[in-house]
Amino acid sequence: MSDANESAGPVAQEHAGDGAGERRVRVVLVDDHRMFRTGVRAEIGQTERTGVEVVDEAADVDQAVSVITAARPEVVLLDVHLPGGGGVEVLRRCAPLMADAERPVRFLALSVSDAAEDVIGVIRGGARGYVTKTITGADLVDSIFRVQDGDAVFSPRLAGFVLDAFASTDAPPVDEDLDRLTQREREVLRLIARGYAYKEIARQLFISVKTVESHVSAVLRKLQLSNRHELTRWATARRLV
Amino acid sequence: MPDASTAPLADPWAPRKLYRSSDGRWLGGVARGLAGHLGLPVIWVRLVFIGLMTADGLGALVYAAFWFFVPLGVGGVDDRRPPPLVTTETQDGRRRLVARRPDRGQIVALLLMVVLALTFVGSVNMGGGAKAYLIPAVLVAAGVALVWRQADNARRARWMEVGGRRRTLTLLRSAAGVLLVTAGVSAIFVLQGSTAHLGSVLQATLAVLVGITLLAGPYVIRMTQDLSEERLMRIRAQERAEVAAHVHDSVLHTLTLIQRNAENAGEVRRLARAQERDLRAWLYKPEGTGKDEDEQPATLAEAVRRNAAEVEDKHGVPIEVVVVGDCPLDERLGAQMQAAREAMVNAAKYGGEGGAVQVYAEVEGRSVFVSVRDRGPGFDLDAIPADRMGVRESIIGRMERNGGTARLRAVPDGGTEVELEMERVEETA
Repeated sequence: MSDANESAGPVAQEHAGDGAGERRVRVVLVDDHRMFRTGVRAEIGQTERTGVEVVDEAADVDQAVSVITAARPEVVLLDVHLPGGGGVEVLRRCAPLMADAERPVRFLALSVSDAAEDVIGVIRGGARGYVTKTITGADLVDSIFRVQDGDAVFSPRLAGFVLDAFASTDAPPVDEDLDRLTQREREVLRLIARGYAYKEIARQLFISVKTVESHVSAVLRKLQLSNRHELTRWATARRLV
Repeated sequence: MPDASTAPLADPWAPRKLYRSSDGRWLGGVARGLAGHLGLPVIWVRLVFIGLMTADGLGALVYAAFWFFVPLGVGGVDDRRPPPLVTTETQDGRRRLVARRPDRGQIVALLLMVVLALTFVGSVNMGGGAKAYLIPAVLVAAGVALVWRQADNARRARWMEVGGRRRTLTLLRSAAGVLLVTAGVSAIFVLQGSTAHLGSVLQATLAVLVGITLLAGPYVIRMTQDLSEERLMRIRAQERAEVAAHVHDSVLHTLTLIQRNAENAGEVRRLARAQERDLRAWLYKPEGTGKDEDEQPATLAEAVRRNAAEVEDKHGVPIEVVVVGDCPLDERLGAQMQAAREAMVNAAKYGGEGGAVQVYAEVEGRSVFVSVRDRGPGFDLDAIPADRMGVRESIIGRMERNGGTARLRAVPDGGTEVELEMERVEETA
């Protein structure tokens, strides 16, 4: 997704600005296609320029868990389809690492699939965001920094899925706080779905980028915690592409 | 147990075989099947059977033999008849084949047969004792016929995969058949005057039946399990073959084209995008929807995706589509789709350099919102000469004529966004 195409540079610098341009992030790549890992490494792994340091790679679930435990990266780029149980299994077994208060490991799902059940599956498993493999290198770097900050990363398509899932209100919500999106959150999601970058959304809604980020994080939290039983049913019923 | 599920597939290559017709039949489909096989009008074959009936019921015997031995199939179907299968759409969007209900001809034929049989029974003169056995024999025959028809239907239902099974009806029919046969057999016993032995005969029969079940039961169960397993394997193999065929046909074809056009970046990108779209549609869409590209789209989401795909193919600019919600297309939405398409073409033509064009469509309550945005150099409506009608007429004008609104605005960081909003037509149903 090229939602942040134009603004990837500036936004990344805004983030990097906190650490006076010297920000580094340690990343582990998990993907069963060696060619894809090589490609991603070549694109984002030039640490001098991007600030991303690819510390290790893994090709299946077992390997991923041991590599992540050993390397303790800040961010893991996680493929959804993996031999040995898929990305969801990695997330399940790395749950203690995610919950670590000192040095949490954060996951960003990166997949060629944008089928609804895959997307919803890893997000509910605890991933901080979901981007498809068509993403440009600059956008990916930006997303990695955002995830490291604890923010959520929504691609336009993921935003569309979420709007769709939370729009179907046939069943009464189980928990009012979680099972509904606020008007503002809907607006923000809608703009993400329309391809706006955070900065553009902030300008459009006359709010700060920080506020946009907090809205998006709130949506992610609702998505992960919401006990809407419809969510899973929705995802399997509509194999949206 | 012959498996009929593969019969329709094997048909084109198989030598011409005699089948009973499952379509447009009166009784067992023997006459129609024969007619189809011999290339004769059905009525001739039926007349021959009726003629043979008069010869001491030979026709009935021949018919019964055909019914017994010839498998059910498709053949001898009249073109003028309505199609035997009707395609219906269920709520989940899948298509389903539904067999036509039995027509009046079949019921009339059955009644006719009963009358014929009764007059036949009445007129037969076999002298004394033999006649008494006739009614029980007819009973037994009716019972057997009922059960056999049952098997027929089950088989037909299986290879047509008609959904929604009616189990109770099946059981009822089987029970009725068994009852008729039992009644007939008992009647024969009674007539023979051997009522005294009836009890012990029944007991012995029961004992033998139980014995056979105990002996053969495990084998029968294992055999049916093996059979169903084998069928499952065959279905899997068939699915795999279908995937392989698709991958071979379209993906390898595209890869070849890409290799050949390696130096033409635009063409390679276009090919790859088209193939990706096709493969995704093929892999993720539910059975039967959107796989045949020729049909007119029936819903908004489908129409948006179709339009985007066509524009993408034509102009070689990637278009990313996000659709939230869906609704059936009506006249106004059709106009909105045309306006959206125009906007996509504009975005691809003038704003395609800045990256992918983003299309967002949302159905919210009664209104439908579509946004098309590009990241090109931007666009000033006022700066365009008044004689250039493209945007004014085909986007703004078209939306307003149909009661909607269109807004064009420049995105601050470059690019243009077209927002189209339209109310759906009130449902009259």
